[in-house]
Amino acid sequence: MKKHGLHELYAKDPVKADEQVFQRTSNALTRRGFIKGLKSLSLLLGAEVVYGQFMPAGLIPAAFAQSNTPFSIEGKDGLTILNDRPINAETPAHLLDDAVTPASRFFVRNNGIPPQKPDASTWTLTIEGESAEQSKTFTLEELKTQFKHYSYQLTLECGGNGRAEFSPAATGNQWTTGAVGCPKWTGVRLKDVLTSVGVKDSAVYIGYYGDDQHLSRTPGKAAISRGVPINKAMEDESLIAWAMNDEPLPLMNGYPLRLVFGGWPASTSGKWLKKIVVRDRVHDGAKMLGKAYRLPCKPVAPGAKVADEDMCIIEAMPIKSLITFPQSGTDHPLAKKLSVRGHAWSGEGKVAEVYTSIDFGQTWQIAELTLPVNRHAWQQFTTKIAFPQQGYFEIWAKAVDENGKAQPMVLPGWNPKGYLNNACHRIAVRVV
Amino acid sequence: MRRLFVFVSIMAGLVSTPLVAAINESSDKNSGSSMHSADATTVSVDPQSGLTVAPGYNLVVAHCSACHSPSLITQNAMSRERWLETIRWMQDTQKLWPLGDAEPAILDYLTLWYGPKKGARRPPLEPHLLPQK
Repeated sequence: MKKHGLHELYAKDPVKADEQVFQRTSNALTRRGFIKGLKSLSLLLGAEVVYGQFMPAGLIPAAFAQSNTPFSIEGKDGLTILNDRPINAETPAHLLDDAVTPASRFFVRNNGIPPQKPDASTWTLTIEGESAEQSKTFTLEELKTQFKHYSYQLTLECGGNGRAEFSPAATGNQWTTGAVGCPKWTGVRLKDVLTSVGVKDSAVYIGYYGDDQHLSRTPGKAAISRGVPINKAMEDESLIAWAMNDEPLPLMNGYPLRLVFGGWPASTSGKWLKKIVVRDRVHDGAKMLGKAYRLPCKPVAPGAKVADEDMCIIEAMPIKSLITFPQSGTDHPLAKKLSVRGHAWSGEGKVAEVYTSIDFGQTWQIAELTLPVNRHAWQQFTTKIAFPQQGYFEIWAKAVDENGKAQPMVLPGWNPKGYLNNACHRIAVRVV
Repeated sequence: MRRLFVFVSIMAGLVSTPLVAAINESSDKNSGSSMHSADATTVSVDPQSGLTVAPGYNLVVAHCSACHSPSLITQNAMSRERWLETIRWMQDTQKLWPLGDAEPAILDYLTLWYGPKKGARRPPLEPHLLPQK
């Protein structure tokens, strides 16, 4: 894990560090004050920042200035840290090359403060809610012994992956391309557990509650409590999982127990899972309402203000692909063909074809593509590219689904929170 | 430099367009397209020239608008280095006089209000993803 101290971050690019660490942007003209971020900074300090509007850009708040402690996430390797409170980190594209994402390369997206030392031996999961026949609590051990185990490779992608490309900029962690991964998950089917408890005909949605705390540490205030419609919950691949790649879940990815809904915004896959509620209405927990994980129901112009009631919940993630080899910025000899590879996935079904272009999308060549190992697993593409001459090239990748729907080459529809950017990934290659 | 030359030459062909274009440009500021680097919400725009009224404004009007429309400024978005290259090109080929003490103030003004574009249809890849020099 590359370690970043606050000072190192600030030494590199103070204004960017402001934005990354405290989500703070200041007036570009005066380089002072907070256009946004003052609230989150106040939250971290536990006190209001008086005269925040005069605080120069790029200055480490005095309360943190003494801290030289390098910042790292246990068990993670090579991730780029976007935010250290709450912890959010993404994986550079070339480190996502494995067909099965190793735990060390799986992104971290937290909304709150993770539990410190969750105890698997005493961990329980409760199922209840208006549309559950009863309230029933299982220990982790009971889940493991009472239900059949299943393993699936399931793609999880943050709804905001790619947000950094939005213009006008959308608020939130500025994910580029690395908030995605496809490890092998093991657990029990959510539908087996729900069925054993009993689901009433009135069931519409399930919601989860986890053991993470709200950033304000307000008791009883959930950091996030989302969910999925009952038909998604009842899919074979919808898991209550305790293992990633045959090992216990990493703490930052939900140890000891979490939900996994492949192909849907990863925020639906609750971590540190303590409770599932079977609802007779669309779940209304934290980050289900307002603008969170929602798109304008009708497309809007870039920068438009959209009322909460005109925002609709995101369901399946759109078709997308990622070039994981070579690393962007590589030099390659003209005389040799370049092997290019990566992954393609879609929350809506299978990827049918992947194409690459070296002329900014004017012409495309079809790549070899594997079949998914199971539903909601990403697929691997490979191709060999011959370059016509020396110089600067970009390699673009474009996936197409079974219905002919392809990735856009530019940013798709602007939305206030910057979700679902599935524009073609591109890397740079200098042919020498 | 060669590309800049061609670009400016093309732009120079448009110099005779009426000031209307420059005035329209000011409405762009509120569209959220982040055309320029500075925060335009706190300053006024001169309706005649379309230029932002801020320190350096008078110098720009005096030295630049003598020959060409201010719309040639307001349409552009350049780094300090490229504004300076453009000034040098105008001095070398277009009879612009030496700017003397006004030059740094003019560059400050141009870079602040007409600095590099942030938005783009597909902006260049981030520097760390490009081939290294």
